[in-house]
Amino acid sequence: MTSDSNDIEFRSVAKRYGSVTAVSDISLGVPKGAFVALLGPSGCGKTTCLRMIGGFEQPSAGMVYIGGQPMNGVPAYRRPVNMVFQQYALFPHLDVEQNVAYGLKQMRPRIAAAEISRRAREALEMVRLAGFGKRRIHEMSGGQQQRVALARAIVNKPKVLLLDEPLAALDKKLRTAMQIELQSLQRELGITFMLVTHDQEEALSMSDLVCVMNAGRVVQIGPPQEIYDRPANLFVADFVGKTNRIAATIEPGANAVRLANGVGLAKPARANGTAGAAMVAFRPESISLVRDDTATLHGTVTHRIFLGSSVEYSVEVDGLGDFLVTADRRSLDESDLAEPGERIGLRFDPNAMHVFPA
Amino acid sequence: MSKVRPSPWPSPPAGEGTGAAGSLSPFEGESDWPAGRMRAQFNTRFNGLTMRAAKNTKRNLVTAALVAPAAAWLCVFLVLPFIAMLVFAFCERAPEGGYQAAFTFAQFANLPTRAAAFWNTLMLAPAGALLCLLVAYPVAYYLAVRANPRYRLILVSLVVVPFWTSLLVRTYAWMYILGSRGIPNLLAMIGIEDVRMLNTPGAVLLGIVYGYLPLMIMPIYVSLEKLDRRLLEASADLGAKPVSSFFGVTLPLSLPGVMTDVALVTILLLGEYLIPQLLGGGKVFFIGNALVDLFLQSRNWPFGSAIAVTLVAVVVVVLMVAMRIAWKVAGTRQVDLV
Repeated sequence: MTSDSNDIEFRSVAKRYGSVTAVSDISLGVPKGAFVALLGPSGCGKTTCLRMIGGFEQPSAGMVYIGGQPMNGVPAYRRPVNMVFQQYALFPHLDVEQNVAYGLKQMRPRIAAAEISRRAREALEMVRLAGFGKRRIHEMSGGQQQRVALARAIVNKPKVLLLDEPLAALDKKLRTAMQIELQSLQRELGITFMLVTHDQEEALSMSDLVCVMNAGRVVQIGPPQEIYDRPANLFVADFVGKTNRIAATIEPGANAVRLANGVGLAKPARANGTAGAAMVAFRPESISLVRDDTATLHGTVTHRIFLGSSVEYSVEVDGLGDFLVTADRRSLDESDLAEPGERIGLRFDPNAMHVFPA
Repeated sequence: MSKVRPSPWPSPPAGEGTGAAGSLSPFEGESDWPAGRMRAQFNTRFNGLTMRAAKNTKRNLVTAALVAPAAAWLCVFLVLPFIAMLVFAFCERAPEGGYQAAFTFAQFANLPTRAAAFWNTLMLAPAGALLCLLVAYPVAYYLAVRANPRYRLILVSLVVVPFWTSLLVRTYAWMYILGSRGIPNLLAMIGIEDVRMLNTPGAVLLGIVYGYLPLMIMPIYVSLEKLDRRLLEASADLGAKPVSSFFGVTLPLSLPGVMTDVALVTILLLGEYLIPQLLGGGKVFFIGNALVDLFLQSRNWPFGSAIAVTLVAVVVVVLMVAMRIAWKVAGTRQVDLV
């Protein structure tokens, strides 16, 4: 049976709409109290997964468990989960406090009105909206509406809080602030958070477990750092963070990788590709620009984007095409930035290289 | 009108810019080039002004062109007749019919003789509208929320298409169905004798509900279809059973549409003539029937006018009350339907 330590468990879950398969054969367990992010491009099935947990969709095959209980066929209003909807879906005809109290009013046996209003106000305090109870929804800003939606979803003390792209509608600054708040709220409540997002930065920064999805399947599950440092395949390497991809060949027998321009590199120990065509990937920040003869590759700087704490260069590498290089401003002398048009050397640690079968 | 008026100043002489042809300036005695520049400046500003004025005129003309047909129509066929009726209402009936000049409140004093028509209208119109609502809401709800989207268009046209045939024909059909050869005849066959259906308030009510049903269904359907389904999902997510979701979300959000709809149908019903005429058979008559009677049969224009004016006053009052209620509903429960 299901493990008791898992709040959510998927067993060979599939969802088809007619002939379209949205989710195929997903098995996945989310431990109690985790902050998990479902990350993937739009249309990868992540929202469908969330909606199957919420009870808005029923799986075509497989089983969904919440807190160890099978949930197939259980309607949304009987599930111990609550959701923060993408556009918040706040009730426009109710004021802020009534919105938050809505879930409490549905409880059977009924809760006394005074208790409902006390708990609603408490939830509003948690999202730092105390005193806004009598406001109308349309009088609240986007960020405030987001908090109302949060308060409304946590007031029923769900086992799992589902968040469907909760920060997508906020501007960058507000988004960063909310990321921190969501994290501390999750710690405070101690319940499982499940977040759906297509923003890798959001997934990496908030969650302690990232589940990368593509084309209806789970591609990789792991802590953010592992996802970033050891992507399971080229898709993850590409989707999470920025990557330079180079066609290469793994030399038979030898522990070497030959890049398309003929440069040979030592194969990193953990790369276990068989001989033949391969793809090699480098993170932009694992490459440094040098002007001495320690460089492995050489090229010409074509563009420079100054970002303050770092500088992004586009370098046309001889025989390999465009490279993206992020130079932390210490790698060259701080004031000494490479100029577009300049010939420059690229140096990197072969162990930072990822090798995937082509 | 949009044409830019020619500048009243003579166009600058050809050689002006060079400063050589001072004698050509109309401003004698001044050095020519500042005058020329001033003039040029003035001309530009003046042209700018005329251009702006021309633009405004053009905009006003477009507005006028858009509004004029309707305004003229309403003026000739609504405002003027209404003024005429207002005048008639204080006149006397001429011995040979029509009206003759006078100033009397006799017509208004006479209104109680038509109390039955007022009573029927003021009772059956709101009752009909409410009954219509009770029948229409579930249908609209089914069409907008429950019906399979694939068949929705067909189902909606099933509601609308009968509306395209003449109400007269459809009401005649009801006359037959309710008349002695219709349902009463069938009832007689199973032993229930002497049931009278036609020419009763019930028949009029039935005709009203039948006739105005599409008019009631469509706006409610539209407002329910616009309803954000995610609100229902949110409601279910928070633990509300479907029935609670309906009373907690769907119904309150459709209320403003419903209020407008009921007010609209009530107002139309206050002026109803055809249905009471055919299905009420002169026994259940509305104000509309009384008006036809007075203007066309007894040719008592002043009395008819007094009734018509009173009806308009009643409609205005009904509208204002309905607005107040709707406003109160919308005021305490702010609704964003868009």
